Amino acid sequence: MSSLQSFLHMGGYAFYVWSAYGLSFIVLVLNVVLPLKREQQFFRALIKRKERVSKNK
Amino acid sequence: MFEYFYKYGSPRHFYDLSKMFVPWLGGICLILLIAGLTGGLVLAPPDYQQGEGFRIIYVHVPSAWMSLFIYMVMATAGATGLIWKVKVADALARASAPLGASFTFLALVTGSLWGKPMWGTWWVWDARLTSELILLFLYLGYMALQTAIDDRRTAARAGAILALVGVVNIPIIHYSVEWWHTLHQGPTITKLDAPSIHISMLVPLLIMALAFMFYYAAVVLLRARYEILENERNSAWVCELIEQRRG
Repeated sequence: MSSLQSFLHMGGYAFYVWSAYGLSFIVLVLNVVLPLKREQQFFRALIKRKERVSKNK
Repeated sequence: MFEYFYKYGSPRHFYDLSKMFVPWLGGICLILLIAGLTGGLVLAPPDYQQGEGFRIIYVHVPSAWMSLFIYMVMATAGATGLIWKVKVADALARASAPLGASFTFLALVTGSLWGKPMWGTWWVWDARLTSELILLFLYLGYMALQTAIDDRRTAARAGAILALVGVVNIPIIHYSVEWWHTLHQGPTITKLDAPSIHISMLVPLLIMALAFMFYYAAVVLLRARYEILENERNSAWVCELIEQRRG
């Protein structure tokens, strides 16, 4: 077995070890992406509102 | 001194300042993560009892530590907002809750993934696991309270009180493995005599813990920035920001 294969195999614990790491990765990334997206939406909504207001003037 | 404090404690300055800090904190976190993962997944030898399965420790233990640490930050920030009416403290408390909930969730799930091969079960109702689950519910309760109450200042006050009451759970989680007979093992590192873990396994663990700390610092600022925008959406400086963005 090559060393990469044995690394991925994790001595038979591959499922447990890699699910733990994969899930942690997903949760940590989501916690960065979601607030950034929300901030963007916040600005977009307020800019739109402002443009509507200035048009009606 | 207070002048200084008020100037930099104001939401607007916090917003500007945090923008500077986030990339640095994030960068340090990434470097530590790479070092910790290399150390933990590649360099550390397999455990003599658990083989390669023990490597879950490098996400499980830092997550569990963070779940307690963030709760204390949230409660302290909540109290600061409650007593001294510091708006930035309220924003930090509110921004901490989803992060704390995430780390608690990770501690529980990675623990479950570790328990299955080692104990033969995904879950037991022992004191450590149950008190950590209660911590998750405290975070979720706090978040539900924030979304349920429309007035953000009232929400912050109610949340701070909930968080402060929930602090009793923190020592219970920490000492649960000593006070009760639990399936969960006793402390390995946070005890008075020398840690019962080999240095080659311990160092990556401490690096990972530090990486999670920096992650929290970076992301809580990122989230608090948004909370501050939302709090101050009608203020002059946010309107200015929007004018700038319109270009």
